[in-house]
Amino acid sequence: MQKIIHTEKLAENVYLMRVHAPLIAEERKPGQFVVVMADTEFGERIPLTIADADVEEGSITLVFQAVGKSTQDLARMKPGDKIPAVVGPLGHPTEIEKVGKVVCVAGGIGVAPLLPIAKAYREAGNEVVSIMGARSKDLVILEERMRNVSDELTVCTDDGSYGRKGVVTEPLKELCEQTPAPDLVVAVGPAVMMRFCAETTKEYGIKTMVSLNTIMVDGTGMCGGCRVTVGGETKFVCVDGPEFDGHDVDFDELMNRLDTYRDQENDHNCKLEEAK
Amino acid sequence: MTHKTLKQLDKEAVKKLQEIENQEEPLKPRDRLGIPPQPMPEQSPEERVHNINEVGYGYTEAQARLEAMRCLQCKNKPCVDGCPVRIDIPAFVQAVADGDFAEAARIIKRNSLLPAVCGRVCPQETQCQQPCTVGKSLKDTEKSVSIGRLERFVADWERENKGVTVPEIAEPTGKKVAVVGSGPASLVVAADARRKGHDVTILEAFHKFGGVMMYGIPEFRLAKSIVQSEIDTLRKMGVKLVPNFVVGRTRKLHDLIEKDGYDAIFLGAGAGLPRMTDIEGENLVGVFSANEYLTRANLMRAYDKERAETPIYNSRKVAVLGGGNVAMDAARTAKRLGAEEVHIVYRRSEEEMPARVEEVAHAKEEGIQLHTLRNIKRVLGTEDGRVQSAVIAKYELGEPDDSGRRRPVEIEGSEYTMDVDTVIIAVGNLTNPLIKQTTPAIETDEKGHMLTDENGRTSMPRVYAGGDIVLGAATVILAMGEGRKAAVSINEFLESEDS
Repeated sequence: MQKIIHTEKLAENVYLMRVHAPLIAEERKPGQFVVVMADTEFGERIPLTIADADVEEGSITLVFQAVGKSTQDLARMKPGDKIPAVVGPLGHPTEIEKVGKVVCVAGGIGVAPLLPIAKAYREAGNEVVSIMGARSKDLVILEERMRNVSDELTVCTDDGSYGRKGVVTEPLKELCEQTPAPDLVVAVGPAVMMRFCAETTKEYGIKTMVSLNTIMVDGTGMCGGCRVTVGGETKFVCVDGPEFDGHDVDFDELMNRLDTYRDQENDHNCKLEEAK
Repeated sequence: MTHKTLKQLDKEAVKKLQEIENQEEPLKPRDRLGIPPQPMPEQSPEERVHNINEVGYGYTEAQARLEAMRCLQCKNKPCVDGCPVRIDIPAFVQAVADGDFAEAARIIKRNSLLPAVCGRVCPQETQCQQPCTVGKSLKDTEKSVSIGRLERFVADWERENKGVTVPEIAEPTGKKVAVVGSGPASLVVAADARRKGHDVTILEAFHKFGGVMMYGIPEFRLAKSIVQSEIDTLRKMGVKLVPNFVVGRTRKLHDLIEKDGYDAIFLGAGAGLPRMTDIEGENLVGVFSANEYLTRANLMRAYDKERAETPIYNSRKVAVLGGGNVAMDAARTAKRLGAEEVHIVYRRSEEEMPARVEEVAHAKEEGIQLHTLRNIKRVLGTEDGRVQSAVIAKYELGEPDDSGRRRPVEIEGSEYTMDVDTVIIAVGNLTNPLIKQTTPAIETDEKGHMLTDENGRTSMPRVYAGGDIVLGAATVILAMGEGRKAAVSINEFLESEDS
């Protein structure tokens, strides 16, 4: 049971939570995630990336989108409430090195897991140039925090309601064409966005790491639901990842697999709508 | 064979028992061999495929006593040699025959911590029941004394009639033991170390305790309430149970010693990494490891479609690859979840199937189709990457291989296609790499199994290991045997001055 210290609504259906989890706060490194359950009887195990941690307070910060029953239950919880299960930190941490110029690209709530990664690259002495994309102005989150850990930040919205109109791959392409070109690109967000980022950088031969968020049950290597083909080999996102070289990831397969339970999800969402 | 109800079986047993008790002469071996072997009262196949409740109801008292009377009480006790934890089988069986079930329970508990579990899931036909003289005399292992069913009867009788007794705990020693994982090996170590007065904490990665008994073995084969009752006993003994704790990640192994002050650690984290086959199409949507399929259904309770939030794939036609207990479990789970057709594809013959004979029989009764001497070569998918069919090749048995079983050899040009929408891979498990990844100092073999000496000691001081993490995927009883061995060694170490 982990006590919630603070909650915040960042945008429509997007929530931030600071949760008491001293052991995880102490051990976690950028790039890692936790598995959370809002109910240990019939609830789902939800993998969530860790946006931040405060060792002194013994807390971790989680950012999530309330899209299904489990995350909606989580969103309704208040400070003082206890989350029945928080497990982690899971996955391999990001391998932070000084490489020179690092471009960090975030799509949607991907900005949350990218924050600690960008921060760590900057602290390691890299120049960090960040790009954040969202559908519209109301969905732009954590902009100030991202600005604080970046040397430069471009915000894009699909509808042009804020920042630059367009998708993240446009400024990314421009950066790839500049001299000096980026030494590394890190993209975190929806699968389709990571795929386009990887496709954009490929022709420039710039290494692009992506952080995959697949279907998983346990998050410790036991179920293999998170299988993905990387460079022709099957990898488990939970114990081999979650970060992989985006140029090697089979995104077609990844996106199909993310859709595994589409029938049940549609059915579930209909029931959720009826309940409202 | 027509299905007999519990009532019918009990009535027949009561009648036979009365006949025997009315006899003046004591039973002669010939009489004992003449007592009909008692079948397990079960839900009918038609009924049980629509629910997840246990298949077997367990013997009635009359059935248990009658079955126990079939035992010849051999002096050389071949059954005891067949038991990995050496339960005094003739003694407990005699107590059952006498109707002294409490005494029977006491005898079993001297050697086994989890009789209710083992009575249900042990492969008795290759262990205690295999060398049974009754089976030998009747020239059929299936007619051996049903030691497993008697063990289950005794354990269930004790739980329901007496309440499980909490063993005596020695004075606190001030020594701390961490037990990693909460499957059968870990439960034994926790109990044995706690009895000696040590402060024992179980660290479990999942939100529920019991390991493979909770996430893997389905409810219809082992009711979760039985596992729960074993866990409750440990809690009453003063064992601390911590869920959601992944050793290697939440805390490094050496930090448990250096920062948290544990004097000894037992690694019983199991063989929790599904072995895949690398066949073409294995990552299509609709191909699952048996681990994933069973974990969704059991631990996450996806069988309860109304209440569970964890989804499970809607399958109509399912092919399960493998011939072990896990393959049977996955196939029978799929059937219960509503699949119209379930096929088991196994590359050797039925004789070589590692599954318990009873599980194979149950699967067949439930309409699962066995395709032996067959193997899945490829899985074909639709345009949107979902399973459409499996390409299957026929095999024949050749020369014996390393395992002593005849090697299956593919028959050239024998491939054909089977239309399925789901493929479940149940060809074994590998050791979970997490502890090794985060503890490079600990020695493992090339397959990732922890290397231990004959006392369960690993290459790291204070660290012991047992169960599937050492053996590779095995059975509950073997894991328990390993746990017992490691516990003895841990207790000796903690009593010595070095600790």
